Amino acid sequence: MESLQGLLRETWHFYKKTLILVSRGSKIYYAWCFSLLAIIIAGFIFYWKQHEMGLLETNMTDQVSWGLYIANFTYLVGMAAAAVLLVIPAYIYQFKPIKEIVVLGELFAASCMVMAILFVMVDLGRLDRFWHMLPFIGSMNFPASLLAWDVLALNGYLFLNLLIPIYLLVKSYYGKKPNWKFILPFILLSIPWAVGIHTVTAFLYNGLAARPFWNASILAPRFLASAFCSGPAIIIIIFQIIRRVSAIKIEDSALFKVAELIAYSMFLNLFLLGAEIFKEYYSGTVHMASFKYLFEGLHHHNELVPWIWAAMAMNVTAFILFLIPSTRKRLSTLNLGCLLIIVGVWIEKGPGFVIPGFVPDPLGEIHEYVPNLVEFMVSFGIWALGLLIFTLLMKVAIPIETGEFSHTEYEKERPYLRPH
Amino acid sequence: MSNKNYTRREFIRNLSVTALAGLSLPLLSSCSREEAEDFLQKHFLEMTEEEKERVIAKLEQRYLEQYGRKFQISTQEALPETLWGYGLELSRCVGCRRCVYACANENNTSRYARQLHWIRVLRLKRGNLINLEDSEHYYAPETVPEKGFIYLPVQCQHCQNPPCVKACPIHATWQEPDGIVVVDYNWCIGCRYCIAACPYKGRVFNWAEPNLPKDEVNPNVHYLGNRPRMKCAVEKCTFCIQRVRAGRYPACVEACPTGARKFGNLLDPKSEIRYIIERKRVFRLREDLNTESRFYYFFES
Repeated sequence: MESLQGLLRETWHFYKKTLILVSRGSKIYYAWCFSLLAIIIAGFIFYWKQHEMGLLETNMTDQVSWGLYIANFTYLVGMAAAAVLLVIPAYIYQFKPIKEIVVLGELFAASCMVMAILFVMVDLGRLDRFWHMLPFIGSMNFPASLLAWDVLALNGYLFLNLLIPIYLLVKSYYGKKPNWKFILPFILLSIPWAVGIHTVTAFLYNGLAARPFWNASILAPRFLASAFCSGPAIIIIIFQIIRRVSAIKIEDSALFKVAELIAYSMFLNLFLLGAEIFKEYYSGTVHMASFKYLFEGLHHHNELVPWIWAAMAMNVTAFILFLIPSTRKRLSTLNLGCLLIIVGVWIEKGPGFVIPGFVPDPLGEIHEYVPNLVEFMVSFGIWALGLLIFTLLMKVAIPIETGEFSHTEYEKERPYLRPH
Repeated sequence: MSNKNYTRREFIRNLSVTALAGLSLPLLSSCSREEAEDFLQKHFLEMTEEEKERVIAKLEQRYLEQYGRKFQISTQEALPETLWGYGLELSRCVGCRRCVYACANENNTSRYARQLHWIRVLRLKRGNLINLEDSEHYYAPETVPEKGFIYLPVQCQHCQNPPCVKACPIHATWQEPDGIVVVDYNWCIGCRYCIAACPYKGRVFNWAEPNLPKDEVNPNVHYLGNRPRMKCAVEKCTFCIQRVRAGRYPACVEACPTGARKFGNLLDPKSEIRYIIERKRVFRLREDLNTESRFYYFFES
């Protein structure tokens, strides 16, 4: 009884301190959080309009039936999967500079997962029937439907990436060593699971014989390769921000290591894309139409052409920047490369991947799709929400990591609570 | 000390109970009994007979209020020993689109602010049938047929191996024993994965609340077929399930002025569709995708 009371007291104290931690900060912190909040509210207002009127409020049609939402979803699943690039060197190879920050990477993955799931939810026409999808309660078409697989894979990955960092952080908060026998299996599971979520997401498209553009077996490896570019690129930027605004130390060597991994991944990504382009163009069958639409334009419809070539230029430039050690190990060129990759890969596997799957459609109709204001605002809202969640998580996780926020501090305040 | 603890615990408990009640109260009060029932409505195949009757009664009442007509909503099951097949004689089709509009009238599809059609007629240049990239969907000449063109009507092909049914994450669409692929409009969550999966563009989506003028409704409907639909659920050709299970031809078959459209029971050796398959040169669209469609195109031999 006494210990239960102690536990409750401690938990209450933890929550109270957490609330204080997230509610206090510098002016920049407030400005950042409130701007995000404003974008979230704006996005929600636009979403509400879409929810009331139906998806007619977007620019999607029976021809291009998925658009900006599913494009963002695909990209974010990759972002989340990329946390594995920190997990492997940290836990398997015990690479110290990365081990110190791996928890932050896992929380980043969890935030991406939340965004990815939200992008699917806003794309649903009938959110009120969402429960039909829940395992055991609804009637999930498992294992036949890849979308059912994706629901399980994404939620499982979200669970793992909340469980692992929260467990490690709470242990660290109590100043105790984690019980590796308990948590290591979950960490090891999270590695294949990360590959799994992106593979399942690739298969979601890959399995559709009706869409030759997606029906290529190279898709899953391509997805993984591009994810291992964009995810780490954003992590490099985030870590630099974190070490500037907080007491946490993140060594340059950790950043450079990650950048080196990006260089390899980008090589693979470009190679796989090249292999696909060769196959399509050399064989030159009618299935090439979507590729043609993307890279050259089809029957004078060429809306995506400038975007994909910009993405190609960005990816190749970033690859060169990260390949040469001197540009990789200079923060200015490193950050330039990261930005190029974040945008380049977003174009390539977001709109540049989803839209050509629908153009031309199975009956040969060419219908061009440009997202409208509603879709942009809802998307910005979700991105802002993800960033806010990540910011608040960091606001608690970083002081625990640096030892500023711990149970020991609490004990000092209340000496009578110490064990006899 | 312990006193203070209890207060705190009580406080937390009270707080959470209040929060829960406060959150659910507006939800419950804004939600009428009928809305709550709609929300919790089961999958059609899991309903008992009484539940089906209740749902039908509710829908009939609702349609009466909305369209001012008394609807007959059938839930008739598949006839025994029946597997429907469709035949379309390409050499006879003149591209008049009478089937398209007969279908819309029969099946209560949305008329505007997304006009939905379950049949699409493609105009192809003579000399080409497989590559549909050069097809014209919106041809509008003074008169049809036009010189140098042929017409290819496409609708749901009711595949024996339907990619859409495989794709649906929640069993909202399935194949009936008589081969008709149907949708439970009240179960569909509107993810549109089936639209992406269909190689024939056989499915369309109600992007908003459908617009069906009162004087254009057809009140003879089937629950899994042409009953008026709602926003953001998918729909498709059902071979006019409300007609064929009552011994009539699909509306498109009746409407075709050239007699290009044929329909019948594939299991009946004496049916017209069996005659066609056995004696004409038939083919099916996208046979290479192994969908095993039950929609046979043919030419006069």
